[in-house]
Amino acid sequence: MSDAELITLSAILAAMVRAATPLAFAALGELVTERAGVLNLGLEGMMLMGAVAAFGTAHAGWGYAPAIAAGAAAGAAMAALFGLLALTLRANQVACGLALSIFGVGLSAFLGKSLIGSPVTALPALPVPGLAEIPVIGAALFDQDILVYASFLAAPALHWFLFKSRRGLILRAVGENHDAAHAIGYGVLRVRYAAVLFGGAMSGLAGAYLSLAYTPMWVENMSSGRGWIALALVVFATWRPSRAILGAYLFGGVTILQLHAQSWGIGVPSQALAMLPYLATVAVLVLISRDETKIKLNAPACLGKVFHSGR
Amino acid sequence: MMMMTRRAGLAAVLALGLGAAGSALAAEPLKVGFVYVGPIGDYGYSHQHNEGRLAVEKRFVGKVKTTYVENVPEGADAERVIRQLAQTGHALIFTTSFGFMNPTAKVARQFPKVKFEHATGYLRGPNLATYMARFYEGRYASGVAAGRLTKSNKLGYIASFPIPEVVRGANAFTLGARSVNPKAEVRVVWVNSWYDPGKEREAAEALIAQGVDVIAQHTDSAAPVQAADEKGVWAIGQASDMSRFGPRSHLTAIVDDWSGYYIARVQAVLDGAWTSTDTWRGFDAGMVRLAPFNPAVPAAVKAEALKVEDEIKSHKLHPFTGPIKDQSGKERVAPGKVMADADLLRMNWFVQGVIGDMPK
Repeated sequence: MSDAELITLSAILAAMVRAATPLAFAALGELVTERAGVLNLGLEGMMLMGAVAAFGTAHAGWGYAPAIAAGAAAGAAMAALFGLLALTLRANQVACGLALSIFGVGLSAFLGKSLIGSPVTALPALPVPGLAEIPVIGAALFDQDILVYASFLAAPALHWFLFKSRRGLILRAVGENHDAAHAIGYGVLRVRYAAVLFGGAMSGLAGAYLSLAYTPMWVENMSSGRGWIALALVVFATWRPSRAILGAYLFGGVTILQLHAQSWGIGVPSQALAMLPYLATVAVLVLISRDETKIKLNAPACLGKVFHSGR
Repeated sequence: MMMMTRRAGLAAVLALGLGAAGSALAAEPLKVGFVYVGPIGDYGYSHQHNEGRLAVEKRFVGKVKTTYVENVPEGADAERVIRQLAQTGHALIFTTSFGFMNPTAKVARQFPKVKFEHATGYLRGPNLATYMARFYEGRYASGVAAGRLTKSNKLGYIASFPIPEVVRGANAFTLGARSVNPKAEVRVVWVNSWYDPGKEREAAEALIAQGVDVIAQHTDSAAPVQAADEKGVWAIGQASDMSRFGPRSHLTAIVDDWSGYYIARVQAVLDGAWTSTDTWRGFDAGMVRLAPFNPAVPAAVKAEALKVEDEIKSHKLHPFTGPIKDQSGKERVAPGKVMADADLLRMNWFVQGVIGDMPK
């Protein structure tokens, strides 16, 4: 390959990582929520609230760390609202999640009215000395901002938490059989609240990445459906963090490759590629539904079911 | 019984509406309604329509009262919104998106006394006029500047959907660029969205990675301008001046300016001279203009683009004057001939110099 081709390849890889980062955050957060047996469809709304809160904080000149924290907090606050409705008040989770999505779109647009049209400086890249210069993969892996690095660490950390730690075991137990978990003395609601809040905070981080780093501006509905792709990714990943991050890179990568293919003049039906994440999700759903053992292994058995502690 | 009540109710509403319209002639201000498809804060299409509304308010202080409804989905909701405006005494209603066409036409038939204006559509009636702007004129003139400024002879075009309006824009940009730089090529990337900042940004970066050094866009967010600024290439803004998003990269922008048209149409209603018309104007009517050029643009390039703007304005130059060849090299417009509006309105082929396919 010529130098120019290597540089292009490096740019494509870096773009893939960037496109995948918001998907990875949101999908990993939702994965933990669903592992605890709660289906929160409100990712899009939580993401947008995270985006507007992070942008507003950065725009007010309070710095990046508070901005990122504000993004996570806004996502968690929206998730808390969902928890109140779906966990404490035991409303239908699907309906609450959809409502949360739509509510978040409107609320973020309302809160962000004065922020439109005023850009902020993008979250700076923090190149790792020595490693960032590696040809081809250096720029993608070691010349990114702090949120991208955090997303790299999130998947192994969550894998360890879910499958190697005691608390992770309890969380999965709550998701698999809440009555049994309750019977042996675990606080089902407490665990689920924690999982829902964590999922919200991760969606908030995804939003913060969008408005601080990816496209450093605030505009209404800037997530443009990424929350829904992340939701599909959780199923695609069959509730495993390693596959979720893989899926995020796959879908991020497909988007980027398709745009590059067009700029090379290769005709790719871009509409077909746009539906790929959803097709893949349907395919996975069909595959895991055909095989009973696979369902038992993967989908949390109590996913979306209401827990009544009195029974 | 039920029917009777409903009829009585409708009659009452109509009477109320007519009453309001009647008294408008005396002292009450004329009520003008606007229906937008997007948020007015998008700094794009709807924002510019709203700027036009604000200009109307400013011009007719005390004589005109305006109402707007933003974020109206194209479909059944739109009909409800438009009817609501008609019922509440609005004498003139502008519906500003293509998808409002059928609902507007339907409501217009039910309210013959109310005047309707629909942007970008083709259904007309005794009380339903249409209007749109020749944005391609702005794209041609900006293409001239792009053709001069490019060093790599590679220009980029971020496109939304393969509809004639978008195809025409990309073609005009290409023709403009190649009129001064025959070596210039335009790479078109479809993002299949009017509005997805992330995707628009990535499309810009994909083009830049291909060596493109001037990017034009037919999508609504400022993300491509921002990406261009980061990478040190030129970008041409869409719908409004986007220079705040790319102080170094923002070459110019193709600005939609509806104020002149809106003021003229409101004036016509006030004078009792409104008729149903079909307006498709550009530079000459001020409906399209170029945003101020970046100070870093060489004076000669700026002067050349402005000269082209003037020539289009005075109808000395039409961007779609032959010879025009399509991508396969086949001659589509004979030398010296100007494409007819009807052909422009259904353009579905790319001119020579465009690299990229029409999604099928």
